[in-house]
Amino acid sequence: MSRLNDVNIKTALEIIARYPRPKSALIPLLHLAQEQNGYVTNEAMVHLGELVGVTSAEVYGTATFYEMFRFEPVGKYLVNICGTMSCALMGAGDLMHHAEQKLGVKAGGTTADGMFTLAHAECQAACTEAPTLQVNYRFRYKVTNGDFDTLIDDLKSGKLADEIPAHGVVARIRQRIPADRGVGAVAPGLATENPAWMDGKAAL
Amino acid sequence: MTTVDSNTAASEPVVDPNAVSVTINGKVVAARKGEMIIAAADRTDDFIPRFCYHPRMEPVGMCRQCLVEVVGPRGPMMVVSCMTPVAEGQVVNTETEGVKKAQEGVLELLLANHPLDCPVCDKGGECPLQDQAFSHGPGESRFVEEKRHYEKPIAISDNVYLDRERCILCDRCTRFADEVAGDALISFTSRGNNTQVMTFPDEPFSSYFSGNTVQICPVGALTAKPYRFKARPWDIEHVESTCTTCSVGCRTVVQSSRDELVRYQGVDSQPVNWGWLCDKGRFNFESINSKDRLTTPLIKDGSGNLSATSWSVAIDSAARMLRTALTVSPQSVAIIGGAHGTNEDAFAWAHLADALGVDSRDSQLADGLPPQVFSLPQATIADIDSAKTIILLAPDLKEELPVLYLRVRHAAEKRTGRVVEVSPRATGLAGKAWKKVHVEPGKTAATLRALATDAAFTAQVASGSVVVIVGRMNLAESEESVVHALAEVLHLAPHATVLPVLRRGNVRGSITAGLTPRNGGKSTAEILEAAAAGKIECLVLLGADPLSDVPDADLARRGLSGARNIIAIDTFITQSSALADIVLPAAAYGEKVGTTTNLEGRISNVAQSITPVGTARPDWMIAVELGTATSHDLGFASYNEVHAAMISMVSEFAPAIDTHAVEHDGVIVAHPTPITLTRADSASSERNSYDYRAVVSRKLYDNAIGTAKSPSLATLATAAAVIVNPLDVPRIGAQVGESVRVTSERATLVLSLQESADVLRGTAWLPINLNGSDARELLDVTKDVIDLKIEMMS
Repeated sequence: MSRLNDVNIKTALEIIARYPRPKSALIPLLHLAQEQNGYVTNEAMVHLGELVGVTSAEVYGTATFYEMFRFEPVGKYLVNICGTMSCALMGAGDLMHHAEQKLGVKAGGTTADGMFTLAHAECQAACTEAPTLQVNYRFRYKVTNGDFDTLIDDLKSGKLADEIPAHGVVARIRQRIPADRGVGAVAPGLATENPAWMDGKAAL
Repeated sequence: MTTVDSNTAASEPVVDPNAVSVTINGKVVAARKGEMIIAAADRTDDFIPRFCYHPRMEPVGMCRQCLVEVVGPRGPMMVVSCMTPVAEGQVVNTETEGVKKAQEGVLELLLANHPLDCPVCDKGGECPLQDQAFSHGPGESRFVEEKRHYEKPIAISDNVYLDRERCILCDRCTRFADEVAGDALISFTSRGNNTQVMTFPDEPFSSYFSGNTVQICPVGALTAKPYRFKARPWDIEHVESTCTTCSVGCRTVVQSSRDELVRYQGVDSQPVNWGWLCDKGRFNFESINSKDRLTTPLIKDGSGNLSATSWSVAIDSAARMLRTALTVSPQSVAIIGGAHGTNEDAFAWAHLADALGVDSRDSQLADGLPPQVFSLPQATIADIDSAKTIILLAPDLKEELPVLYLRVRHAAEKRTGRVVEVSPRATGLAGKAWKKVHVEPGKTAATLRALATDAAFTAQVASGSVVVIVGRMNLAESEESVVHALAEVLHLAPHATVLPVLRRGNVRGSITAGLTPRNGGKSTAEILEAAAAGKIECLVLLGADPLSDVPDADLARRGLSGARNIIAIDTFITQSSALADIVLPAAAYGEKVGTTTNLEGRISNVAQSITPVGTARPDWMIAVELGTATSHDLGFASYNEVHAAMISMVSEFAPAIDTHAVEHDGVIVAHPTPITLTRADSASSERNSYDYRAVVSRKLYDNAIGTAKSPSLATLATAAAVIVNPLDVPRIGAQVGESVRVTSERATLVLSLQESADVLRGTAWLPINLNGSDARELLDVTKDVIDLKIEMMS
């Protein structure tokens, strides 16, 4: 069973309540599902469809549009090594080769202990700091082979646990917005009056 | 082509506030506000190429093929004509050099990844991509790189195959599934170059309407299993016809190749089906090609087995049987059926029955409505579009009349009308209903009477036109209960019009033609009861199979075994025709010409596409021959003569004189003077000691012969079950999925227990004619309601 657990169902309902239409909450809910299991499971997508009132196919269509959602089990740490121009020139190829040696998996693979998934990435928008990598989307700059080894060892020993949470956790602090503090958006089909900005424009 | 004619424009000073006039390629075109340029251009001779645009769906501007120039203040501007509304004085050019270059560019890009496997593609020869690449394409491609490859094809449902290499991502199928059918089981997945149409993993596109996506696919990406590699479009013969699978009467094109049916396609008929078909109606042509079809007359030999014989022997024997029975008494002869044939078939048989003095004839199988509902003020299907309130007092339209479901769903979706669902369980339209009146069986009329005090409901009904869709929502309740409920609705909404939804293809036509009890003749239930009592000497089954269709299984069994002789006219050996003394092979749909009448009383043609199998003949011809053999000249000997006689002798069919209309959108039957229903106090039966009230209905895919003999549909019938509300499951004690004992006063059955929140507490839903024990065994047509006991197996 990889549907949302009871705690996350409560969180999901809170998130849904922020939006005028339930299905608008789909992206944050997919993050919630990924946080729970490390990847988005089929069962979770079925569950999200039930929660927001769309079919599983629609959830799947939305989810697969986004690169950050994974549909197969991912290691606790997803290591993305940039291979685009600047990084490539600054030795990303060698770094990837070294990483494959160090972790004992090819790019795209996951280590047998489930700790690391190694992957190629396109430009991470930090060209001045090439070569770069990201661990669960947290940057490491001007990475040498030695830096990489240290990084892996630190992750294994738990030394970086505070900085880098397990894959799927976007942020450790969850934003809490009670319904009465929401912006009170209304679905267009249910709106009885024009939004304020429209009235303002009319006054011009 | 609709261009404004200055003469008529001057003589008609009526100003339509929504009228706008645009100039397309120098021609002035009358259009309406909100209309898209491409729709206005479609009324001229100039064709704008398109892939994603479909007039029955919302535009999305997905394919960009319909680029045209609109002249603006800063000169010509390229716009997508399917997403740009018309405006007064707008000047549109669709054939300039700039437009040509843009359209060629889009087509070159669309073809970049297209495999161009046209020689082995089902769509080749009727493919919009192929045709428009020819008419609007660049002729050459600059793309020399490797095209993308996918596994080809993959089955996205039992009958629909997807070839992603051919897909141009026009969004037609996915939009149809979501917008029109309401089954959003396919969606675009991934992004960019990897975008593809896909189902959720292991959840097939099992929509009742999936075949429509194949028809509207503008390339060969979606193909239908029953048609794959069967024929080439240029070898196909087309005739426009009317589907008679159910009584909606969708307009179709019947297509055959080498004298075999290969495909049905929907025709966009504004008053009826808008181009859509259900999968059952689309794919059941397979049954007509079935090897099990009857090809020769059969007669019971000395040892009691049916064996082949000649028509002359069969007709003589049948005539002798009829004559012998008539000498006993005309009341001892009865005819059941006729609803699967044409109007002409029914007319000829009614005429024969008149000549023989047979009054007991009924084309409804104890599961219909009294013909008086046709005398109430009638609604048409198109009235649903303009009705403010649509009251469903009907079976689940999605299961029984699927294309009518699409029409009602459209009205609810576009908010043109509000749907009030009156039903003993949530139907396919429950999600679209403005108000749900869930009634306990036996208490429908009383519940509706109480609605008089519901201010919101009465205000809604008073706000405008009301269409009441009325039919047998529960076969475990009597037909009187429906009439009583209808009387209550018409009391609350006196201005309402009525759309009677009887199920079988031509039930309305056969009743109109006279296959309904006359002069105190018996109805089907009464005929079967009389037969069981040994009072029926000769029973004629005109394409009817009481053993699998009459809701009361025991009555049907007793009736058929009690009838002294049975003459069956059928296309297959069914449960009932297997018991006949003489079986005459009938020509099936697609093998004969005629007219049919749909549920709203619309007469339209059914066309012949192939020759009848073996020596099968149309029903009307069999009636004529039996007439001759019993010394009654019916007065017609050809199809044209029987059609002409029908139009002149049955006043309701008089409008069918307009042959052109009958062969296109059809004509509505002449209505008799409307009657009004009187409200009656229907005594609602108190529950007996049993716990559950039975709700019995049919599902789209069941074991009906046309479905069972179509290999693509035969596997879709589900297992029989008794379905209760989840809150009632603990009360029964058994787990969901376990077998339970279901007992009525009539019988005890063992059925699988299932749960659904669609079912009211204290009721049990039993779909009939599925795989396994049939709930018809529990029913008794003489009872107003059926109470059941559901127990754990010990």
